[in-house]
Amino acid sequence: MRFSVRGRAVLEVALLSVLAVVMLFPVLWMIETSLKENRDVYAVPAKLFNFDVTLDHYRDVFVSSGLSVAFLNSVIVAGASTVLATVLGVPAAWAYSRFAVKAKKDQLFFILSTRFMPPVVVVIPIFLMYRYIGLIDSALGLILIYTAFNVPFTIWMMKGFVDEVPAEYEDAAMLDGYTRLQAFRKFTLPLLVPGIAATAVFALIFSWNEFVFAIFLTSSDEVRTAPPAIAGLIGGTTVDWGLVAASSVVFALPVLIFAYLVRKHLVAGVTLGAVRR
Amino acid sequence: MGTVAAHGLRKSFGKVQALDGVTLDVPDGSFFVVLGPSGAGKTTTLRAIAGLEQLDAGSVHLDGRDATGDTPAERDLAMVFQSYALYPRRTAYENIASPLRARRRSPGEIAAAVDRVASLLHIERLLQRRPAQLSGGEMQRVALARALVRSPRAFLMDEPLTNLDLKLRVEMRTELTRIHRSLGATFVYVTNDQVEALSMADRVAVLKEGKVQQIGTPAEVYERPANQWVAGFVGSPPISLLPCQAQGDHLVGAEGWTLPRPRWATAEDGRALVLGLRAEDLSVERRGDASLPGELYGLEPLGDRTVVDVRVGTEILKVKARPTVTGSPGERLRVTVDLDRAHLFDAGTGLSLAKAGTR
Repeated sequence: MRFSVRGRAVLEVALLSVLAVVMLFPVLWMIETSLKENRDVYAVPAKLFNFDVTLDHYRDVFVSSGLSVAFLNSVIVAGASTVLATVLGVPAAWAYSRFAVKAKKDQLFFILSTRFMPPVVVVIPIFLMYRYIGLIDSALGLILIYTAFNVPFTIWMMKGFVDEVPAEYEDAAMLDGYTRLQAFRKFTLPLLVPGIAATAVFALIFSWNEFVFAIFLTSSDEVRTAPPAIAGLIGGTTVDWGLVAASSVVFALPVLIFAYLVRKHLVAGVTLGAVRR
Repeated sequence: MGTVAAHGLRKSFGKVQALDGVTLDVPDGSFFVVLGPSGAGKTTTLRAIAGLEQLDAGSVHLDGRDATGDTPAERDLAMVFQSYALYPRRTAYENIASPLRARRRSPGEIAAAVDRVASLLHIERLLQRRPAQLSGGEMQRVALARALVRSPRAFLMDEPLTNLDLKLRVEMRTELTRIHRSLGATFVYVTNDQVEALSMADRVAVLKEGKVQQIGTPAEVYERPANQWVAGFVGSPPISLLPCQAQGDHLVGAEGWTLPRPRWATAEDGRALVLGLRAEDLSVERRGDASLPGELYGLEPLGDRTVVDVRVGTEILKVKARPTVTGSPGERLRVTVDLDRAHLFDAGTGLSLAKAGTR
């Protein structure tokens, strides 16, 4: 079967449209539900367009539901773990890129291997360890475990970016009279900023979205992050789907905004930083 | 200003032995060229002197003091990199000022020094540009200025002219020689271009596979190569090498030719030798007693001269001739040899039979 150039283009658009509808329908449904009155949420047949728009659910998210604490917790935990992972991971990536480290490949493989298993495999041992040392149900506990998951990722992704910056800038700086660390800080680090931003956004998104550790390691409303808190809305005798949908939208927005802001770097980071070598 | 001495430098990268006992003595104020093909360990030698490479063994002395453990900053050297390594986010001015800023000189002193070196290299109008806005030749000058803005112990240059086009390279050769003379400073200059080495150097060290093959003045290296490899590497067109052996008063070629044996050749009969003949010591125009039979293989007119390729047996001889020389391929002719200027090497070891200074 042969297609003309035009026919091909039409087919491409059609297929992509179908894919987009399938992928985006749940998101669309979530947004619609968050804007519907409760009676319209349960309407049969479902009301796709002809419903009354209300922002009550969004008001509830911040005022009466107690979710604002969960969102604040998410901001603190995700922010702190990202900062920590970046501060630890970027110098480590630089060292792995620049220095002759013994068994470098093995070390890097070991670092990566901590990401091989799904979190749920280790969550019980970590739960027991945390209970023993008193980190259970604490923001610090979550920050530490997220940092532990983000540091390997940061090292691997940043190593790709550091490899891209010629080592000769640092060599030249050292001959100019700077120390090795000054050479890194004044000459290489500024060139790494786009890479750091991209890597940090990935780490931030991971910490922000993380569910398994959050639900196992925290229990009180004062410490809970948004994902388990939103999930906790489902399960009573009546479920306020409007509130669930509205809080989910609020939860998804920061990720969307961040991803949009650094979208160029995201692509660059995925295709260039992480893949090469 | 400064002497640089490297003793027994050894360095391996994985299984590759980059430096295999390199020893160099660079006298104060000399233009010292390290010459070798790519992969010979030239750059590694220079980086070891600069303190950028951790050595497996060996020592580096600067001004007679052991500097092996010193950081690059403590060594008080300046370096021009092959890639120039100009800081991309900084202007030419900031690049040139960097060594002075790192050493916390006053702003007035820095401005004066940058102005001085900018006028020396004619780059005053480029100072506010960033490296991306500069051409290759301009970047090269800025990189040079960054080195020359201070008066370090010695200047290290890693193939600084390699990335320039031919015309600019010839120009910069003259200019670097001029700068060296006016500063009277020590230059350690790495190149794979033997023309640069012969034209600029006071002394040349020829490097191959991490080992020093010969150190001497350019004339010594050219006239009295220590071994067959140096003879083949230095000189253009390359020296012609013919397998042969000594028999009584004659040298007998593997191809059946005979030549009178040079007086200075002291090899015993039957020892396998290699005869090295430079293009200018051969002639197809002159007549002489010592000559080789061959046939014309090709002509390579170069304007001021023509290189005649002559086939002797299975070997091709490069012969320098006047640009007016003519002939057609396949034509029989005889190549006259200036035996006093011929070289003989041991075929096994490659070492020259005439020790330096014996001729």
